[in-house]
Amino acid sequence: MSDSIIEIQNVNKWFGDFQVLKEINLEVKAKEKIVVCGPSGSGKSTLIRCINRLEEHQKGSIVVDGTKISEDTKNIEQVRAEVGMVFQQFNLFPHLSILDNCSLAPIWVKKMPKKEAEKLALAQLEQVQIVDQAHKFPGQLSGGQQQRAAIARALCMQPKIMLFDEPTSALDPEMIKEVLDVMVNLAKQGMTMIVVTHEMGFAKEVADQMIFMDEGMIVEKAGTKDFFANPKSDRTKLFLSQIL
Amino acid sequence: MKNVNLFKTQQRKNLNTFLILGAFFFLLGILDFSLNNFHGKNITSFLPGFISFFTPLIFSMIGLYLVRIEFSGIKQLDNLNKNINTSNFNAALSISIILLILFTIVPLLNWFILDATFVGDSKEACTGGGACWVYIKTWFNRFMYGMYPNAEQWRVNATFIIVLGLMGAGYFFPLRYKKHLTFYYVIILPIISFLLIYYLISGGEFGLEWVETGAWGGLSLTFIVSFFSLIFCFPIGMMLALGRRSDLAVIKYSSLSFIEFWRGVPLITVLFMSAVMFPMFLPDGTYVDKLIRVIVAITLFEAAYTAEVIRGGLQALPRGQYDAAKSLGMGYWRLHLLVILPQALKLVIPGIANTFLALVKDTPLIFVVGLLELVGMLNLAKTNPKWLGFSMEGYVFAGIIFWIICYSMSKYSQSLELKYKTDR
Repeated sequence: MSDSIIEIQNVNKWFGDFQVLKEINLEVKAKEKIVVCGPSGSGKSTLIRCINRLEEHQKGSIVVDGTKISEDTKNIEQVRAEVGMVFQQFNLFPHLSILDNCSLAPIWVKKMPKKEAEKLALAQLEQVQIVDQAHKFPGQLSGGQQQRAAIARALCMQPKIMLFDEPTSALDPEMIKEVLDVMVNLAKQGMTMIVVTHEMGFAKEVADQMIFMDEGMIVEKAGTKDFFANPKSDRTKLFLSQIL
Repeated sequence: MKNVNLFKTQQRKNLNTFLILGAFFFLLGILDFSLNNFHGKNITSFLPGFISFFTPLIFSMIGLYLVRIEFSGIKQLDNLNKNINTSNFNAALSISIILLILFTIVPLLNWFILDATFVGDSKEACTGGGACWVYIKTWFNRFMYGMYPNAEQWRVNATFIIVLGLMGAGYFFPLRYKKHLTFYYVIILPIISFLLIYYLISGGEFGLEWVETGAWGGLSLTFIVSFFSLIFCFPIGMMLALGRRSDLAVIKYSSLSFIEFWRGVPLITVLFMSAVMFPMFLPDGTYVDKLIRVIVAITLFEAAYTAEVIRGGLQALPRGQYDAAKSLGMGYWRLHLLVILPQALKLVIPGIANTFLALVKDTPLIFVVGLLELVGMLNLAKTNPKWLGFSMEGYVFAGIIFWIICYSMSKYSQSLELKYKTDR
């Protein structure tokens, strides 16, 4: 118990009358990589958005790195500063250059001196191999480059955990690989990652654990090899047969 | 079809002939039109009335038809054909518009310049049929400064020059102070301007004669009222827009009712209330100058409009921007100041410019409390027994002044739009 960095217990969430999350239990250990898959509308995105409280859960408890997520705004901001997130639609800030996108939060949230923050930002951009685009605006970059910039932006806050919400779903096929490569690299460096994705190749290469969700429930949770070799539930089998 | 082609090839072969013929017919049309309208001579009167009326159009169209030569090799002609002479319909539209402009511009020119009187110093000098600019010249001082004493007017000028200088100074700020620019424009500049106006224009101290606000007037008053209202209505509007979208019920509903109240009442009522009703709520002995009351009233009124414009910009931003800023650990204020407002304000520059132009053009309404800015002074001057009957010149003059102010504001807003354009 004590070595897990995220503890999710009996979490329930409703959108109006519609229950999106049903009794979710999940533990994530430090440096563990978890891939969440499942059909659309199954609550995958909602689940990881609950971890940094972009969505509120109504029942149950979520503890991130020892901090219980609750109404208290101070707590939430503390958690968010430790949890990086990458979105399907990139969500870069279009009015700022790539460099400013990356250094904005370190300067204003972490109170880092501007020089230091820019140095850090350039280092992270180097990591995702778009340091040459640092002074361009998001609108001038391709989708793959934008998504890599978004990853760099999240990494600039030096988070302990990274959440990926379908990071490659809005990309052209030829750009998916460049983003996945960056993510594989990140995984090799020992980042704790929760990834919602349909890229099963990536999952096989990186994931320690696979989670299959359907209709707001975790249907199957297993080690990666087991999950692909002999899935237990019929729903998982059906899903895998369609996607592979 | 063959005929047409034959005609077209002929056109290209005998380029010059067609050009001269075309120009002749076109000019004949214009000449016919001019003679008809400005000299009362109808050179086509031998034709039936209906056709005679349309001869300018017919002649010019024949002219344009003759010069409609594709790839003639003459750059100007090709441009002309491409832009206004692509087809008969297009040519007819172009000619109609040219004739309409001609029809209006000639009498206007006559009135403004050719028949107008520029020299003299009394009404008797104006004998021509055109405008009497002597009237504007004689009253110019009053139109600019109102009833402000002539000997003291340098104080108004000095104040305006200093404030203009301070406004321009922001442009030359060294780069590392650039982030304080908003603070400078929103807090420091208004305070300095207020002190300047208080001590220099109003006077009463440092040996300067006191001039009561009732005597201020003319264009300088227009500027004073607009300046303060513009500067204050923007931040207030921004706060109201954020307040209206707040999660806190008290803030949300108080912003909402504030906005709906001010949007629901006519400005003239508000001004009237500020003059008549407001003093009744004050404790005895306190007195707020009516100019200040008027500026506060206009500010609050326009702030409500600005708030709604800015709210439009806030709503146009995708939710992902909020998510991204939140996920980086930004709280409410950092999220709005660093991420949301810069984008939203950029989107609503045209809308804000609109509101601001309306504000400037609403200032003449302050006449209801007895303050006479430019238009108010005009109304006063036109009732002067020595100068009866020149209201036209006055209003045209005011129109031109307001147009210059508003056009330059509009140009400035366009340049801002370009400056902050970062995508696409």
